[in-house]
Amino acid sequence: MRLGARVPDPDRRPGPPWPIVAGGAFAAALLTLPLAALLIEAPWSSAVDQLRAPAAIQALRLSLTTSLLAVAAAFVLGVPLAWVQARLDYPGRSLVRALTTLPLVLPPVVGGIALLLAFGRRGLVGPALGAAGVRLPFTMAGAVAAEAFVALPFLTLTVEGGLRQVDRRIEDAARTLGATRWEVFRTVTLPLIRPSLTAGAVLAWARALGEFGATITFAGNLPGTTQTLPLFVYVTLNGRDPDGAIILSLVLLAVSVVVLAALRDRWLRAL
Amino acid sequence: MLVLAAGCGTDGTSSAPAEAGDAATITVFAAASLTEAFTSAASSVPHVRARFSFGGSQQLVTQLLQGAEADVVATADGPSMERLVAASLVEAPVTFARTALVIAVRPGNPRGVVGLDDLARPDLAVVLADPSVPAGRYARQVLDEASVRVAPRSLELDVKAALAKVTAGEADAALVYATDVRGSAGRAEAVALPQATAAGAAVSYRIAVVRSTRQRQAAEAFVVAATSGPVRDALLAAGFTT
Repeated sequence: MRLGARVPDPDRRPGPPWPIVAGGAFAAALLTLPLAALLIEAPWSSAVDQLRAPAAIQALRLSLTTSLLAVAAAFVLGVPLAWVQARLDYPGRSLVRALTTLPLVLPPVVGGIALLLAFGRRGLVGPALGAAGVRLPFTMAGAVAAEAFVALPFLTLTVEGGLRQVDRRIEDAARTLGATRWEVFRTVTLPLIRPSLTAGAVLAWARALGEFGATITFAGNLPGTTQTLPLFVYVTLNGRDPDGAIILSLVLLAVSVVVLAALRDRWLRAL
Repeated sequence: MLVLAAGCGTDGTSSAPAEAGDAATITVFAAASLTEAFTSAASSVPHVRARFSFGGSQQLVTQLLQGAEADVVATADGPSMERLVAASLVEAPVTFARTALVIAVRPGNPRGVVGLDDLARPDLAVVLADPSVPAGRYARQVLDEASVRVAPRSLELDVKAALAKVTAGEADAALVYATDVRGSAGRAEAVALPQATAAGAAVSYRIAVVRSTRQRQAAEAFVVAATSGPVRDALLAAGFTT
């Protein structure tokens, strides 16, 4: 090839630049160290007892309940939103996307304050809700709302991405064969985006399970009602039982690892 | 874990030698309820520049036990400080301020709270501090002694958070320190507890120099100021007694 002197010869490409490799290795070590410490320092001998403690079981059960309900809420709210964002071209669509994605990057405690100002007893719509008998702060529903608020964007963005990849000709074919719009959505579109639905739901669930800031700010901290696992971990770490906090942290770590492993193929593609 | 990391953030500034006329910077870990008093006195101790990390006493103690660096620590109770003494992390602590537990209600006391018994009313949204922090333990002690059964809506992570639920209007009442209500700039009102009950849960604050301090002189100066100097004046101004 005689295209010019600056074309690098693939056979004579220099080795990787060592400062960048060293930096990368250091970063990887730095990120891994705290997790390794959690595993090494964990009081393994008392792990079973810690997990069987009634207070721990209560927090675990509450966290499972609220996070699954939050995912259900995110599903009901997020799938239509994703469809609207992916399929309709309307003025202000990017603004809506920005606003509905905001909880993804918003500090959770700010989300909690915002929820309080909206749905609190003296909030914008809180009094109306209260008149209708719906009370969110200090209730399990409030914990679910806080978790759904922060988890929703994970589901919406993932599903929207999935919807954009659907071959619209398949839907068109179904229409020409006599299916109604709703039938097409239900029997063609939803099955086609099932991988995105699964990935979005799992991501949203992981986020909901780890929620702390919005929950403590909006829903409070009461064992059995709003004290989810992360809150329980925090309180036990500072209080009577630091060992219990470490063991329960491991539970949350294990969940995260499982989620990551389950999504290793879809994670990047979907987002 | 992030909290612990943040607590460890005391950087090289505290290792700078204290030269004559130069202010030495010290880090003071202090109970959340000391926020207003300590902040207002931050620059009043000669040759000392204090910066503060406020939080639930237990939370601060946990951070110190985990290796967080501080020069002075002030807790809202004895037991929290005793954990540091037992771990040989602090010098002998001294009691430097007292306050009393009160019922915080919204301005004008719209729900007509007059005493502890009211906290058992099912129509009243009551929040307490979590029993893992001193304010929560004092509250439980007072309620137990008065045999009042309260179903709190939330156990907040420190006393300031409990008061915040009242000032935000989410809760009707909270058991907090008199000094916190006073520091709330009119957004909450205090209902005093009967004398006998209040005496049963006298809230007393301890302060101590952290043994590993590299600013011993400044740390000791701050402790002295808290017992007899400008910091004590700020405490008195905030409604603490000594």
